[in-house]
Amino acid sequence: MEGADVDMSQEMLLKVSDIDVFYGGFQALWEVSIEVRTGEILALIGANASGKSTLLDTISGLMHPVKGRIEFAGEDISTLDPFNIVDLGISQVPEGRRIFPDMSVLENLIIGSYNRKARSQREQNLKVVYELFPILKARRKQMARTLSGGEQQMLVIGRGLMSDPTFLLLDEMSLGLAPIVLNGLYGALKAIREKGITILFVEQNVRRSLMEADRAYIMETGRVVLSGNVSDLREKEEVKKAYFGV
Amino acid sequence: MGFLSGLSSPIVMGLMLGGLYALIALGLSLVFGVMKLINVAHGDLVIFGSYFAYATMTIFGVDPILSLVVGMPLLFAIGFGIQKFLMSRAFKISMEAPLIIAFGISIILQNIFQIFWSPLSRGLTTSYALKFFALGPLRIPLVHLLNFVLALVVMFLLREFMRRTYLGRAINAASQDRRASLLMGINNERIYAFAFAIAMAIAALAGVCLGLTFPFTPVSGIPFLVVAFGVVVLGGLGSIKGTFIGGMVIGLAQTLGGHFLGTTAQMLVAYIIVLIILTMRPQGLFGR
Repeated sequence: MEGADVDMSQEMLLKVSDIDVFYGGFQALWEVSIEVRTGEILALIGANASGKSTLLDTISGLMHPVKGRIEFAGEDISTLDPFNIVDLGISQVPEGRRIFPDMSVLENLIIGSYNRKARSQREQNLKVVYELFPILKARRKQMARTLSGGEQQMLVIGRGLMSDPTFLLLDEMSLGLAPIVLNGLYGALKAIREKGITILFVEQNVRRSLMEADRAYIMETGRVVLSGNVSDLREKEEVKKAYFGV
Repeated sequence: MGFLSGLSSPIVMGLMLGGLYALIALGLSLVFGVMKLINVAHGDLVIFGSYFAYATMTIFGVDPILSLVVGMPLLFAIGFGIQKFLMSRAFKISMEAPLIIAFGISIILQNIFQIFWSPLSRGLTTSYALKFFALGPLRIPLVHLLNFVLALVVMFLLREFMRRTYLGRAINAASQDRRASLLMGINNERIYAFAFAIAMAIAALAGVCLGLTFPFTPVSGIPFLVVAFGVVVLGGLGSIKGTFIGGMVIGLAQTLGGHFLGTTAQMLVAYIIVLIILTMRPQGLFGR
Protein backbone atom coordinates (compact mmCIF):
# COMPACT_ATOMS: atom_id res chain seq x y z
CA MET A 1 0.00 0.00 0.00
CA GLU A 2 1.19 3.53 -0.80
CA GLY A 3 2.07 6.17 1.75
CA ALA A 4 0.52 9.56 2.40
CA ASP A 5 2.13 11.26 -0.56
CA VAL A 6 -0.40 9.93 -3.03
CA ASP A 7 -1.85 12.10 -5.76
CA MET A 8 -5.27 12.85 -4.36
CA SER A 9 -6.45 14.92 -7.31
CA GLN A 10 -9.94 13.90 -8.26
CA GLU A 11 -9.08 11.85 -11.32
CA MET A 12 -11.25 9.01 -12.53
CA LEU A 13 -10.25 5.60 -11.21
CA LEU A 14 -13.22 3.54 -12.31
CA LYS A 15 -15.75 4.38 -14.99
CA VAL A 16 -18.77 2.19 -15.51
CA SER A 17 -20.61 3.26 -18.65
CA ASP A 18 -24.16 2.26 -19.43
CA ILE A 19 -23.93 -1.41 -18.53
CA ASP A 20 -26.67 -4.02 -18.81
CA VAL A 21 -26.08 -7.16 -16.76
CA PHE A 22 -28.13 -10.33 -16.81
CA TYR A 23 -28.31 -12.85 -14.00
CA GLY A 24 -29.42 -16.06 -15.64
CA GLY A 25 -32.25 -15.03 -17.91
CA PHE A 26 -33.21 -12.05 -15.82
CA GLN A 27 -31.93 -8.49 -16.28
CA ALA A 28 -30.35 -7.20 -13.08
CA LEU A 29 -28.79 -3.93 -14.22
CA TRP A 30 -30.20 -1.41 -16.69
CA GLU A 31 -27.89 1.19 -18.28
CA VAL A 32 -25.96 1.68 -15.07
CA SER A 33 -23.23 4.30 -15.08
CA ILE A 34 -21.05 5.30 -12.16
CA GLU A 35 -17.75 7.06 -11.70
CA VAL A 36 -15.30 6.52 -8.89
CA ARG A 37 -12.63 9.13 -8.29
CA THR A 38 -9.23 8.33 -6.90
CA GLY A 39 -8.99 8.73 -3.16
CA GLU A 40 -12.69 9.03 -2.42
CA ILE A 41 -15.04 7.00 -0.28
CA LEU A 42 -18.09 6.26 -2.40
CA ALA A 43 -21.34 4.75 -1.16
CA LEU A 44 -23.65 2.61 -3.28
CA ILE A 45 -27.00 2.63 -1.51
CA GLY A 46 -30.17 0.72 -2.11
CA ALA A 47 -32.61 -1.84 -0.78
CA ASN A 48 -32.44 -5.57 -1.40
CA ALA A 49 -32.53 -6.54 -5.07
CA SER A 50 -31.65 -3.01 -6.12
CA GLY A 51 -28.72 -4.37 -8.10
CA LYS A 52 -25.93 -3.00 -5.96
CA SER A 53 -24.29 -6.34 -5.25
CA THR A 54 -24.63 -7.27 -8.91
CA LEU A 55 -22.79 -4.10 -9.83
CA LEU A 56 -19.98 -4.97 -7.44
CA ASP A 57 -19.76 -8.50 -8.80
CA THR A 58 -19.60 -7.15 -12.34
CA ILE A 59 -16.75 -4.81 -11.44
CA SER A 60 -14.97 -7.79 -9.85
CA GLY A 61 -15.38 -9.87 -12.99
CA LEU A 62 -17.72 -12.48 -11.48
CA MET A 63 -20.27 -11.31 -14.03
CA HIS A 64 -19.87 -9.51 -17.32
CA PRO A 65 -21.96 -6.79 -18.92
CA VAL A 66 -23.72 -7.63 -22.18
CA LYS A 67 -23.76 -3.95 -23.06
CA GLY A 68 -21.59 -1.00 -22.07
CA ARG A 69 -18.11 -1.00 -20.63
CA ILE A 70 -16.08 -0.77 -17.45
CA GLU A 71 -12.75 1.05 -17.38
CA PHE A 72 -10.26 0.95 -14.54
CA ALA A 73 -7.35 3.41 -14.66
CA GLY A 74 -8.08 3.84 -18.34
CA GLU A 75 -8.06 0.11 -19.16
CA ASP A 76 -11.14 -1.76 -20.35
CA ILE A 77 -11.82 -4.51 -17.82
CA SER A 78 -15.32 -5.47 -18.97
CA THR A 79 -14.43 -8.98 -20.10
CA LEU A 80 -11.65 -9.90 -17.68
CA ASP A 81 -11.67 -12.91 -15.36
CA PRO A 82 -11.90 -12.27 -11.62
CA PHE A 83 -8.28 -13.22 -10.98
CA ASN A 84 -7.07 -10.68 -13.57
CA ILE A 85 -9.12 -8.00 -11.86
CA VAL A 86 -7.49 -8.72 -8.51
CA ASP A 87 -4.09 -8.47 -10.25
CA LEU A 88 -5.02 -4.99 -11.46
CA GLY A 89 -5.59 -3.83 -7.90
CA ILE A 90 -9.33 -4.20 -7.33
CA SER A 91 -10.24 -6.19 -4.22
CA GLN A 92 -13.75 -7.09 -3.10
CA VAL A 93 -14.73 -7.82 0.47
CA PRO A 94 -17.82 -9.96 -0.21
CA GLU A 95 -21.05 -9.81 1.72
CA GLY A 96 -21.80 -12.45 4.29
CA ARG A 97 -18.31 -12.40 5.83
CA ARG A 98 -17.04 -15.20 3.66
CA ILE A 99 -14.07 -16.27 5.71
CA PHE A 100 -12.39 -19.59 5.08
CA PRO A 101 -13.82 -21.23 8.18
CA ASP A 102 -11.37 -24.10 8.55
CA MET A 103 -8.27 -21.95 8.27
CA SER A 104 -6.74 -19.85 11.01
CA VAL A 105 -6.92 -16.06 10.99
CA LEU A 106 -3.33 -15.88 9.77
CA GLU A 107 -3.94 -18.48 7.04
CA ASN A 108 -6.95 -16.46 5.85
CA LEU A 109 -4.78 -13.36 5.64
CA ILE A 110 -1.95 -15.18 3.87
CA ILE A 111 -4.21 -16.54 1.15
CA GLY A 112 -5.33 -12.94 0.62
CA SER A 113 -1.88 -12.22 -0.77
CA TYR A 114 -2.18 -15.02 -3.35
CA ASN A 115 -1.80 -12.81 -6.39
CA ARG A 116 1.80 -12.62 -7.56
CA LYS A 117 2.33 -8.91 -7.02
CA ALA A 118 1.01 -9.06 -3.49
CA ARG A 119 3.21 -11.97 -2.41
CA SER A 120 6.37 -9.92 -2.10
CA GLN A 121 4.48 -7.36 -0.01
CA ARG A 122 3.00 -9.94 2.30
CA GLU A 123 4.85 -9.14 5.50
CA GLN A 124 4.41 -5.36 5.14
CA ASN A 125 0.72 -5.71 4.40
CA LEU A 126 0.29 -8.09 7.31
CA LYS A 127 1.82 -5.49 9.62
CA VAL A 128 -0.59 -2.84 8.32
CA VAL A 129 -3.58 -5.14 8.79
CA TYR A 130 -2.50 -5.92 12.35
CA GLU A 131 -2.16 -2.19 13.06
CA LEU A 132 -5.66 -1.54 11.76
CA PHE A 133 -7.15 -4.53 13.55
CA PRO A 134 -5.04 -5.51 16.57
CA ILE A 135 -7.55 -8.18 17.56
CA LEU A 136 -6.62 -10.12 14.43
CA LYS A 137 -3.03 -10.27 15.57
CA ALA A 138 -4.13 -11.49 18.98
CA ARG A 139 -6.31 -14.19 17.43
CA ARG A 140 -4.06 -15.02 14.49
CA LYS A 141 -3.73 -18.72 15.37
CA GLN A 142 -7.44 -19.26 16.02
CA MET A 143 -9.74 -20.95 13.54
CA ALA A 144 -11.62 -18.28 11.65
CA ARG A 145 -15.00 -19.80 12.38
CA THR A 146 -14.50 -19.22 16.12
CA LEU A 147 -14.37 -15.44 15.70
CA SER A 148 -17.31 -13.17 16.49
CA GLY A 149 -19.26 -11.50 13.70
CA GLY A 150 -17.43 -8.22 14.06
CA GLU A 151 -14.03 -9.93 14.18
CA GLN A 152 -14.87 -11.95 11.08
CA GLN A 153 -15.77 -8.75 9.27
CA MET A 154 -12.41 -7.30 10.27
CA LEU A 155 -10.78 -10.48 9.01
CA VAL A 156 -12.36 -10.29 5.57
CA ILE A 157 -11.47 -6.62 5.27
CA GLY A 158 -7.90 -7.41 6.31
CA ARG A 159 -7.83 -10.29 3.86
CA GLY A 160 -9.04 -7.97 1.11
CA LEU A 161 -6.19 -5.59 1.92
CA MET A 162 -3.60 -8.36 1.65
CA SER A 163 -3.95 -8.40 -2.14
CA ASP A 164 -2.33 -4.96 -2.19
CA PRO A 165 -5.28 -3.18 -3.79
CA THR A 166 -5.64 0.41 -4.92
CA PHE A 167 -9.42 0.06 -4.96
CA LEU A 168 -11.41 -1.72 -2.25
CA LEU A 169 -15.01 -2.80 -2.69
CA LEU A 170 -17.07 -3.68 0.39
CA ASP A 171 -20.42 -5.42 0.10
CA GLU A 172 -22.80 -4.83 3.01
CA MET A 173 -20.25 -5.00 5.76
CA SER A 174 -22.64 -3.75 8.44
CA LEU A 175 -25.21 -6.54 8.25
CA GLY A 176 -25.85 -7.98 11.70
CA LEU A 177 -23.25 -5.87 13.47
CA ALA A 178 -23.75 -3.63 16.50
CA PRO A 179 -23.33 0.14 16.07
CA ILE A 180 -20.26 0.23 18.28
CA VAL A 181 -18.57 -2.40 16.10
CA LEU A 182 -19.60 -0.47 13.00
CA ASN A 183 -18.01 2.69 14.35
CA GLY A 184 -14.73 0.82 14.56
CA LEU A 185 -15.09 -0.51 11.02
CA TYR A 186 -15.94 2.84 9.49
CA GLY A 187 -12.99 4.32 11.37
CA ALA A 188 -10.81 1.64 9.78
CA LEU A 189 -12.17 2.59 6.34
CA LYS A 190 -11.03 6.16 6.89
CA ALA A 191 -7.59 4.91 7.91
CA ILE A 192 -7.50 2.73 4.80
CA ARG A 193 -8.33 5.73 2.65
CA GLU A 194 -5.46 7.63 4.30
CA LYS A 195 -3.16 4.96 2.93
CA GLY A 196 -4.17 5.88 -0.59
CA ILE A 197 -6.82 3.23 -1.25
CA THR A 198 -10.05 4.28 -2.92
CA ILE A 199 -13.14 2.79 -1.34
CA LEU A 200 -16.58 1.86 -2.64
CA PHE A 201 -18.98 0.42 -0.10
CA VAL A 202 -22.43 -0.99 -0.64
CA GLU A 203 -25.05 -0.44 2.04
CA GLN A 204 -28.75 -0.57 2.75
CA ASN A 205 -28.61 1.99 5.56
CA VAL A 206 -29.00 5.36 3.86
CA ARG A 207 -28.47 7.58 6.87
CA ARG A 208 -25.21 5.94 7.97
CA SER A 209 -23.89 5.76 4.42
CA LEU A 210 -24.43 9.44 3.83
CA MET A 211 -22.48 10.13 7.04
CA GLU A 212 -19.48 8.05 6.06
CA ALA A 213 -19.02 8.64 2.34
CA ASP A 214 -17.94 11.60 0.21
CA ARG A 215 -20.31 10.84 -2.65
CA ALA A 216 -23.08 8.34 -3.16
CA TYR A 217 -25.17 6.62 -5.80
CA ILE A 218 -28.65 5.43 -4.94
CA MET A 219 -30.00 2.44 -6.83
CA GLU A 220 -33.47 1.01 -7.22
CA THR A 221 -34.47 -2.15 -9.13
CA GLY A 222 -31.32 -2.26 -11.22
CA ARG A 223 -31.00 1.41 -12.07
CA VAL A 224 -29.14 4.39 -10.66
CA VAL A 225 -31.78 6.85 -9.58
CA LEU A 226 -29.79 9.52 -7.73
CA SER A 227 -26.19 10.53 -7.32
CA GLY A 228 -24.08 13.33 -5.93
CA ASN A 229 -22.17 14.63 -2.96
CA VAL A 230 -23.62 13.41 0.30
CA SER A 231 -24.33 16.92 1.52
CA ASP A 232 -26.44 17.56 -1.57
CA LEU A 233 -28.21 14.22 -1.32
CA ARG A 234 -29.14 14.77 2.28
CA GLU A 235 -31.02 17.92 1.29
CA LYS A 236 -32.82 16.43 -1.70
CA GLU A 237 -36.59 16.11 -1.26
CA GLU A 238 -36.80 12.63 -2.78
CA VAL A 239 -34.18 11.30 -0.41
CA LYS A 240 -35.80 12.90 2.59
CA LYS A 241 -39.21 11.48 1.67
CA ALA A 242 -38.18 8.02 0.56
CA TYR A 243 -35.51 7.23 3.11
CA PHE A 244 -35.91 9.52 6.07
CA GLY A 245 -39.68 9.50 6.15
CA VAL A 246 -39.88 13.26 6.16
CA MET B 1 -5.59 -64.57 26.82
CA GLY B 2 -5.99 -66.85 23.85
CA PHE B 3 -8.94 -64.77 22.70
CA LEU B 4 -6.93 -61.55 22.75
CA SER B 5 -3.81 -62.89 21.11
CA GLY B 6 -6.04 -64.39 18.45
CA LEU B 7 -7.26 -60.83 17.78
CA SER B 8 -3.83 -59.29 17.33
CA SER B 9 -3.49 -60.64 13.82
CA PRO B 10 -6.80 -59.28 12.46
CA ILE B 11 -6.23 -55.99 14.26
CA VAL B 12 -2.81 -55.43 12.77
CA MET B 13 -3.95 -56.65 9.36
CA GLY B 14 -7.02 -54.41 9.60
CA LEU B 15 -4.87 -51.35 10.24
CA MET B 16 -2.55 -52.20 7.38
CA LEU B 17 -5.48 -52.81 5.07
CA GLY B 18 -6.86 -49.51 6.27
CA GLY B 19 -3.70 -47.87 5.01
CA LEU B 20 -4.32 -49.23 1.52
CA TYR B 21 -7.95 -48.15 1.63
CA ALA B 22 -6.94 -44.68 2.78
CA LEU B 23 -4.45 -44.39 -0.09
CA ILE B 24 -7.08 -45.49 -2.59
CA ALA B 25 -9.69 -43.13 -1.13
CA LEU B 26 -7.45 -40.08 -0.88
CA GLY B 27 -7.81 -39.09 -4.52
CA LEU B 28 -11.57 -39.42 -4.32
CA SER B 29 -11.63 -37.33 -1.16
CA LEU B 30 -9.50 -34.60 -2.70
CA VAL B 31 -11.61 -34.30 -5.85
CA PHE B 32 -14.81 -34.28 -3.87
CA GLY B 33 -13.50 -31.78 -1.33
CA VAL B 34 -12.33 -29.31 -3.94
CA MET B 35 -14.77 -29.70 -6.81
CA LYS B 36 -17.69 -31.36 -5.09
CA LEU B 37 -17.55 -34.05 -7.75
CA ILE B 38 -17.99 -37.73 -6.97
CA ASN B 39 -15.55 -39.15 -9.47
CA VAL B 40 -17.20 -42.46 -10.24
CA ALA B 41 -14.24 -43.31 -12.46
CA HIS B 42 -11.86 -43.11 -9.49
CA GLY B 43 -11.68 -46.85 -8.84
CA ASP B 44 -10.96 -47.51 -12.53
CA LEU B 45 -8.30 -44.81 -12.54
CA VAL B 46 -6.60 -46.52 -9.60
CA ILE B 47 -6.72 -49.81 -11.52
CA PHE B 48 -5.26 -47.94 -14.49
CA GLY B 49 -2.31 -47.32 -12.20
CA SER B 50 -2.19 -51.06 -11.46
CA TYR B 51 -2.30 -52.00 -15.15
CA PHE B 52 0.32 -49.42 -16.08
CA ALA B 53 2.69 -50.89 -13.52
CA TYR B 54 1.79 -54.36 -14.80
CA ALA B 55 2.59 -53.32 -18.36
CA THR B 56 5.98 -51.85 -17.48
CA MET B 57 6.71 -54.96 -15.45
CA THR B 58 5.79 -57.47 -18.15
CA ILE B 59 7.14 -55.52 -21.12
CA PHE B 60 10.24 -53.88 -19.65
CA GLY B 61 10.80 -55.88 -16.49
CA VAL B 62 10.66 -52.72 -14.39
CA ASP B 63 9.77 -53.02 -10.72
CA PRO B 64 6.26 -51.64 -10.08
CA ILE B 65 7.40 -49.14 -7.47
CA LEU B 66 10.14 -47.91 -9.77
CA SER B 67 7.62 -47.57 -12.59
CA LEU B 68 5.93 -44.87 -10.54
CA VAL B 69 8.69 -42.53 -11.68
CA VAL B 70 6.84 -42.53 -14.98
CA GLY B 71 3.43 -43.64 -13.73
CA MET B 72 2.81 -40.77 -11.33
CA PRO B 73 3.69 -37.94 -13.72
CA LEU B 74 1.70 -39.72 -16.43
CA LEU B 75 -1.41 -39.97 -14.33
CA PHE B 76 -0.81 -36.41 -13.07
CA ALA B 77 -0.90 -35.17 -16.67
CA ILE B 78 -3.94 -37.29 -17.50
CA GLY B 79 -5.77 -35.95 -14.47
CA PHE B 80 -4.84 -32.36 -15.35
CA GLY B 81 -6.17 -32.93 -18.87
CA ILE B 82 -9.38 -34.60 -17.74
CA GLN B 83 -10.25 -31.68 -15.47
CA LYS B 84 -9.07 -28.87 -17.74
CA PHE B 85 -10.56 -30.12 -21.00
CA LEU B 86 -13.45 -32.36 -20.01
CA MET B 87 -14.77 -31.66 -16.54
CA SER B 88 -14.43 -27.87 -16.58
CA ARG B 89 -16.65 -27.77 -19.66
CA ALA B 90 -19.02 -30.31 -18.20
CA PHE B 91 -19.45 -28.22 -15.03
CA LYS B 92 -20.65 -25.32 -17.17
CA ILE B 93 -23.37 -27.50 -18.67
CA SER B 94 -24.96 -28.84 -15.51
CA MET B 95 -24.25 -30.41 -12.12
CA GLU B 96 -24.86 -33.89 -13.53
CA ALA B 97 -22.75 -33.60 -16.66
CA PRO B 98 -19.38 -34.24 -14.92
CA LEU B 99 -20.84 -37.34 -13.27
CA ILE B 100 -21.94 -38.68 -16.62
CA ILE B 101 -18.52 -37.95 -18.11
CA ALA B 102 -16.86 -39.75 -15.21
CA PHE B 103 -19.17 -42.68 -15.79
CA GLY B 104 -18.17 -42.68 -19.44
CA ILE B 105 -14.49 -42.64 -18.54
CA SER B 106 -15.11 -45.58 -16.25
CA ILE B 107 -16.71 -47.64 -19.03
CA ILE B 108 -13.99 -46.73 -21.51
CA LEU B 109 -11.24 -47.70 -19.08
CA GLN B 110 -12.81 -51.03 -18.16
CA ASN B 111 -13.07 -51.91 -21.83
CA ILE B 112 -9.51 -50.83 -22.55
CA PHE B 113 -8.29 -53.05 -19.71
CA GLN B 114 -10.29 -55.95 -21.06
CA ILE B 115 -9.02 -55.49 -24.62
CA PHE B 116 -5.37 -55.30 -23.66
CA TRP B 117 -5.17 -57.66 -20.74
CA SER B 118 -8.23 -59.94 -21.00
CA PRO B 119 -10.63 -60.56 -18.13
CA LEU B 120 -8.11 -62.82 -16.39
CA SER B 121 -6.93 -61.55 -13.06
CA ARG B 122 -3.44 -60.10 -12.90
CA GLY B 123 -1.12 -59.29 -10.04
CA LEU B 124 2.06 -57.35 -9.49
CA THR B 125 4.15 -60.29 -8.42
CA THR B 126 7.58 -59.26 -7.29
CA SER B 127 10.16 -60.89 -5.10
CA TYR B 128 9.16 -58.83 -2.11
CA ALA B 129 5.42 -59.27 -2.66
CA LEU B 130 5.70 -62.62 -0.96
CA LYS B 131 7.96 -61.62 1.91
CA PHE B 132 6.87 -61.32 5.50
CA PHE B 133 8.28 -59.48 8.41
CA ALA B 134 7.94 -60.44 12.07
CA LEU B 135 6.07 -58.29 14.56
CA GLY B 136 6.27 -60.23 17.81
CA PRO B 137 4.45 -63.48 17.23
CA LEU B 138 2.83 -62.17 14.04
CA ARG B 139 4.03 -62.47 10.47
CA ILE B 140 2.87 -59.47 8.43
CA PRO B 141 3.14 -59.46 4.65
CA LEU B 142 5.71 -56.84 3.70
CA VAL B 143 3.44 -55.16 1.17
CA HIS B 144 0.82 -54.52 3.82
CA LEU B 145 3.36 -52.66 5.92
CA LEU B 146 4.42 -50.80 2.80
CA ASN B 147 0.84 -49.72 2.18
CA PHE B 148 0.47 -48.45 5.71
CA VAL B 149 3.75 -46.54 5.71
CA LEU B 150 3.08 -45.05 2.28
CA ALA B 151 -0.39 -43.97 3.37
CA LEU B 152 1.11 -42.12 6.34
CA VAL B 153 3.82 -40.53 4.22
CA VAL B 154 1.43 -39.39 1.49
CA MET B 155 -1.05 -37.99 4.02
CA PHE B 156 1.71 -36.08 5.74
CA LEU B 157 3.11 -34.70 2.49
CA LEU B 158 -0.33 -33.69 1.25
CA ARG B 159 -1.13 -31.95 4.49
CA GLU B 160 2.13 -30.02 4.44
CA PHE B 161 1.56 -29.12 0.79
CA MET B 162 -1.90 -27.74 1.60
CA ARG B 163 -0.53 -25.75 4.51
CA ARG B 164 2.75 -24.39 3.24
CA THR B 165 2.52 -23.71 -0.47
CA TYR B 166 0.39 -21.04 -2.12
CA LEU B 167 -1.00 -23.63 -4.52
CA GLY B 168 -1.93 -25.92 -1.65
CA ARG B 169 -3.52 -23.05 0.28
CA ALA B 170 -5.45 -22.07 -2.83
CA ILE B 171 -6.77 -25.62 -3.26
CA ASN B 172 -7.79 -25.59 0.40
CA ALA B 173 -9.46 -22.19 0.01
CA ALA B 174 -11.32 -23.17 -3.16
CA SER B 175 -12.68 -26.24 -1.37
CA GLN B 176 -14.00 -24.14 1.52
CA ASP B 177 -15.53 -21.21 -0.35
CA ARG B 178 -15.52 -21.08 -4.11
CA ARG B 179 -16.64 -17.50 -4.43
CA ALA B 180 -14.31 -16.07 -1.84
CA SER B 181 -11.35 -17.86 -3.43
CA LEU B 182 -12.17 -16.24 -6.77
CA LEU B 183 -12.04 -12.87 -5.04
CA MET B 184 -8.56 -13.68 -3.73
CA GLY B 185 -7.26 -13.67 -7.26
CA ILE B 186 -7.23 -17.47 -7.41
CA ASN B 187 -7.77 -18.95 -10.84
CA ASN B 188 -10.20 -21.64 -9.76
CA GLU B 189 -10.09 -23.50 -13.07
CA ARG B 190 -6.35 -23.93 -12.82
CA ILE B 191 -6.63 -24.93 -9.18
CA TYR B 192 -9.20 -27.58 -9.95
CA ALA B 193 -6.94 -28.98 -12.67
CA PHE B 194 -4.04 -29.24 -10.22
CA ALA B 195 -6.23 -30.83 -7.57
CA PHE B 196 -7.47 -33.45 -10.02
CA ALA B 197 -3.91 -34.03 -11.22
CA ILE B 198 -2.63 -34.56 -7.67
CA ALA B 199 -5.54 -36.91 -6.97
CA MET B 200 -4.58 -38.94 -10.02
CA ALA B 201 -0.90 -39.07 -9.11
CA ILE B 202 -1.89 -40.48 -5.71
CA ALA B 203 -4.20 -42.91 -7.52
CA ALA B 204 -1.21 -44.15 -9.52
CA LEU B 205 0.58 -44.92 -6.25
CA ALA B 206 -2.54 -46.50 -4.82
CA GLY B 207 -2.83 -48.64 -7.93
CA VAL B 208 0.65 -50.02 -7.47
CA CYS B 209 -0.01 -50.76 -3.80
CA LEU B 210 -3.29 -52.43 -4.69
CA GLY B 211 -1.67 -54.52 -7.39
CA LEU B 212 1.05 -55.67 -5.00
CA THR B 213 -1.54 -56.65 -2.39
CA PHE B 214 -4.44 -58.16 -4.34
CA PRO B 215 -5.01 -59.64 -7.79
CA PHE B 216 -7.00 -57.33 -10.04
CA THR B 217 -9.23 -57.58 -13.13
CA PRO B 218 -10.67 -55.02 -15.56
CA VAL B 219 -13.67 -54.56 -13.27
CA SER B 220 -11.81 -54.34 -9.96
CA GLY B 221 -12.31 -50.60 -9.97
CA ILE B 222 -15.89 -50.94 -8.87
CA PRO B 223 -15.54 -52.71 -5.52
CA PHE B 224 -12.64 -50.43 -4.63
CA LEU B 225 -14.66 -47.36 -5.59
CA VAL B 226 -17.33 -48.54 -3.19
CA VAL B 227 -14.79 -48.99 -0.39
CA ALA B 228 -13.22 -45.61 -1.19
CA PHE B 229 -16.61 -43.98 -1.11
CA GLY B 230 -17.30 -45.60 2.25
CA VAL B 231 -13.95 -44.35 3.57
CA VAL B 232 -14.53 -40.80 2.37
CA VAL B 233 -18.08 -40.58 3.64
CA LEU B 234 -17.15 -42.12 6.97
CA GLY B 235 -14.11 -39.95 7.49
CA GLY B 236 -15.88 -36.78 6.59
CA LEU B 237 -15.85 -35.09 3.24
CA GLY B 238 -12.83 -32.95 2.63
CA SER B 239 -10.76 -34.15 5.56
CA ILE B 240 -7.39 -35.80 4.96
CA LYS B 241 -7.20 -37.00 8.54
CA GLY B 242 -10.75 -38.30 8.22
CA THR B 243 -9.85 -40.30 5.13
CA PHE B 244 -7.03 -41.96 7.03
CA ILE B 245 -9.12 -42.77 10.11
CA GLY B 246 -12.00 -43.85 7.89
CA GLY B 247 -9.68 -46.25 6.14
CA MET B 248 -8.57 -47.68 9.48
CA VAL B 249 -12.15 -48.15 10.67
CA ILE B 250 -13.25 -49.94 7.53
CA GLY B 251 -10.10 -52.04 7.39
CA LEU B 252 -10.52 -53.08 11.03
CA ALA B 253 -14.25 -53.68 10.62
CA GLN B 254 -13.51 -55.91 7.68
CA THR B 255 -10.79 -58.01 9.30
CA LEU B 256 -12.49 -58.28 12.67
CA GLY B 257 -15.81 -59.01 11.00
CA GLY B 258 -14.13 -61.70 8.97
CA HIS B 259 -12.45 -63.06 12.09
CA PHE B 260 -15.69 -63.42 14.03
CA LEU B 261 -18.21 -64.09 11.30
CA GLY B 262 -16.24 -65.56 8.41
CA THR B 263 -14.93 -64.06 5.18
CA THR B 264 -18.30 -63.88 3.44
CA ALA B 265 -19.54 -61.45 6.08
CA GLN B 266 -16.53 -59.18 6.25
CA MET B 267 -17.63 -56.43 3.85
CA LEU B 268 -21.14 -56.55 5.25
CA VAL B 269 -19.80 -55.90 8.74
CA ALA B 270 -17.67 -53.05 7.44
CA TYR B 271 -20.61 -51.33 5.76
CA ILE B 272 -22.93 -51.87 8.70
CA ILE B 273 -20.37 -50.12 10.89
CA VAL B 274 -20.27 -47.25 8.38
CA LEU B 275 -24.05 -47.03 8.51
CA ILE B 276 -24.10 -46.98 12.31
CA ILE B 277 -21.47 -44.27 12.56
CA LEU B 278 -23.17 -42.11 9.94
CA THR B 279 -26.50 -42.44 11.69
CA MET B 280 -24.93 -40.99 14.83
CA ARG B 281 -22.75 -38.47 13.02
CA PRO B 282 -24.00 -37.73 9.51
CA GLN B 283 -21.17 -35.40 8.59
CA GLY B 284 -18.66 -38.17 9.11
CA LEU B 285 -16.04 -38.51 11.83
CA PHE B 286 -14.13 -35.36 10.91
CA GLY B 287 -16.53 -33.75 8.49
CA ARG B 288 -17.30 -30.06 8.37
